[in-house]
Amino acid sequence: MRRVVLLIAMALSLATRAEAHKASDAFVDVRLTDTEVTGRVDVALRDLDLVLALDRDGDGALTWGELRARRADVEAYVLSRLSFAAEDGSACPARAGGLSVDSHSDGAYAVLSVTATCARAPESLRVDYSLLFDEDALHRGILRLETPTGLETAIFAPDARAQVLELDGSGRFGRFLSFVREGVHHIASGADHVAFLLALLLPAVLIGGAARWRPAPAFRPVLREVAKVVTAFTVAHSITLSLAALGWVHVPSRLVESLIALSVAVCALANLRPAAPRFGAALAFGFGLVHGLGFASALADLGSDAWTRVATLLGFNLGVELGQLAIVAAFLPFAFLLRGSALYRRGVVGLGSLAVAGLACVWFTERAFGL
Amino acid sequence: MTAQLQLRGARPRRVIGLGAVFASFLYLGAAAVSAAAPWTPTDDSLVLEQVADPRSPEARELTRLQAARAAAPSDPAPALALARRALELGRRDGDARLIGRAEAALAPLLASDSPSTEALLLHATVQQNRHEFRAALETLERVLARDPRNPQAWLTRAVIELVQGDPRRSLASCARLLGRLDSLWIAACAAQARSRAGELQASYEALRAHLERAPDAPPSQRAWVELALGEMAARLGETARAEAHVRAALALDPGDVGARADLADLLLDAGRASEVRDSLAGETRSDLLLLRLTLAEHALGDPAFESHASLLEARARESRLRGAGVHAREEARLALEVRGDAPRALELARASFAEQREPADLRILLFAARAADDPAAAQLALDFLAATHLEDARPVRPAEGKP
Repeated sequence: MRRVVLLIAMALSLATRAEAHKASDAFVDVRLTDTEVTGRVDVALRDLDLVLALDRDGDGALTWGELRARRADVEAYVLSRLSFAAEDGSACPARAGGLSVDSHSDGAYAVLSVTATCARAPESLRVDYSLLFDEDALHRGILRLETPTGLETAIFAPDARAQVLELDGSGRFGRFLSFVREGVHHIASGADHVAFLLALLLPAVLIGGAARWRPAPAFRPVLREVAKVVTAFTVAHSITLSLAALGWVHVPSRLVESLIALSVAVCALANLRPAAPRFGAALAFGFGLVHGLGFASALADLGSDAWTRVATLLGFNLGVELGQLAIVAAFLPFAFLLRGSALYRRGVVGLGSLAVAGLACVWFTERAFGL
Repeated sequence: MTAQLQLRGARPRRVIGLGAVFASFLYLGAAAVSAAAPWTPTDDSLVLEQVADPRSPEARELTRLQAARAAAPSDPAPALALARRALELGRRDGDARLIGRAEAALAPLLASDSPSTEALLLHATVQQNRHEFRAALETLERVLARDPRNPQAWLTRAVIELVQGDPRRSLASCARLLGRLDSLWIAACAAQARSRAGELQASYEALRAHLERAPDAPPSQRAWVELALGEMAARLGETARAEAHVRAALALDPGDVGARADLADLLLDAGRASEVRDSLAGETRSDLLLLRLTLAEHALGDPAFESHASLLEARARESRLRGAGVHAREEARLALEVRGDAPRALELARASFAEQREPADLRILLFAARAADDPAAAQLALDFLAATHLEDARPVRPAEGKP
């Protein structure tokens, strides 16, 4: 009965709380260059003490001397439970380099340098890992493999002790595609960007310069003008997006978001004055610079190597363009067909611009004053 | 009876200002998997880490059990003994490494065609601790399939159903214990369920009376009932009583990390942050306690909160790397109450609410929803309140701390 009671007490009080400590993790951070895998393995000292009983004097305080004295055992333990092999099964024998220490968020770790050498450059790398699984079923090994084409990550668990990482570049293309999608999504879900684009496009099928709008006589010049505007916007936002995403310029997001809202309002209000001079492409370029800074927030993590960064930026930009083109393609034919009607000139351009301007003013107030 | 959750305090305080917000973004951006750079000490006597003191009775006991298991690898008895003890100590200290050792001891037993009932029950408890509720219920199903009246299985099931926010189903599971278990356990099980289904006052009184009639109950049982009473009293708005219950539980089991966290929450709610800071000073190892310490420091305007908050955020990031997000509720509190990041807090609170629906989950969801000005998310919580008749007199927003 006592046993049951204890178990029950445990079950009940466990119910509402996750464990209060982070579970045990080890980190395998390696880089593959041609035939060599080099990097470091970080294992928590508490974990090493569990498997190797490092605390020689048994006082509960693990010193550098106690760790250093067991260096050979630490190396043997790690290398017997971590191995690398090429796709044909040929092993890439590993050897240990220096032993040092580092701290992670949950304590001190031993850091072992490792180097594994394959007979030839592998197309895929198989990593086998079984540190601590016999003692701690919640232990996880977290692998980060940097290759010339990108970063691969994998997690080892008691039921996932081997990971095969493809190195043929398909991962890179997949990542590129995912950023294209991200770019499309960003346009589709960002009401302010759509509003800005519409504000620019609404008068594109009309000719101003007088007190009233006149319908444009032919489609071709309209298309040319729209292409100029969209291209100017694209070039401008690509410039600032790249600068911001690569960390070369940093503008507070509150300022950027406020300016974006302001640009939408200015653009929409300009549509209400047909007589005013049009600066289509120049205006689009100027505001494109501001919008690019806004896109950058969507690209917080670009990856560490130059290739990944470039692929990410290109993919995201391409996605943004595709999203914009979709909006243009959906909007322009209808606008051109309806351009002669009073409904379009007064209703769509007039009231539409007014509505967009009103909305943009609300956004601006919210963003600028943090309401 | 209607829901009484009060909705006070719509927005989190903006104490730290934009500078700190930007600083935390920079920190987020800079943090990689590993910390700065490994280094090689030059002094052999430098202490790197406090490890389990091998002379402590608990460590000696675990070492003995581990040796017994190694000596007879095919005998399930030593493995079960090790798992049981490691789980028990892991629960008390909130140490995931010990829970992991329990599960490792169980692994070979669970791999057999027909694992023993006790192995399955311990396994279910580990899964429950990992917040793998569905998996835990499946494991319990296996036990009940062969032993339909197993009291431990029904009780654990009742607790999981309660955590998932289904007090009526939980009460039905408690009812299966009748005649199978000591009446105090059944009373506690039922009172917990009823207290979240519109009968808070009555179930509190009933359980308190029951505990008074059972002076011989074992300390572990008493401690747990006191904690349950403390939780109910807190929801009744009776802070002094709640504090007395939690302190009684702590007196019976001073090392219980969860009880210490409960006490800290009560004190923080009452604006007694300086007591929390004093009692939790130096508690950086346990995330639960470190969070309360950070909240107290933040409420007191103590700059130490910044480094502690960053440490908690770094741990959350590392936990996410391993694919675990069991701390969403705690992370949400940090995001909202310290960082003032309502959208992030709401995202976390919603994630937590999808898995577990305890009063604390509801409270942070409402708080975050109001701070983020998201009526749909708040409605999610209000609908749940209306459906279950959960009562909670505490303000949604914790009290301001006074230095």
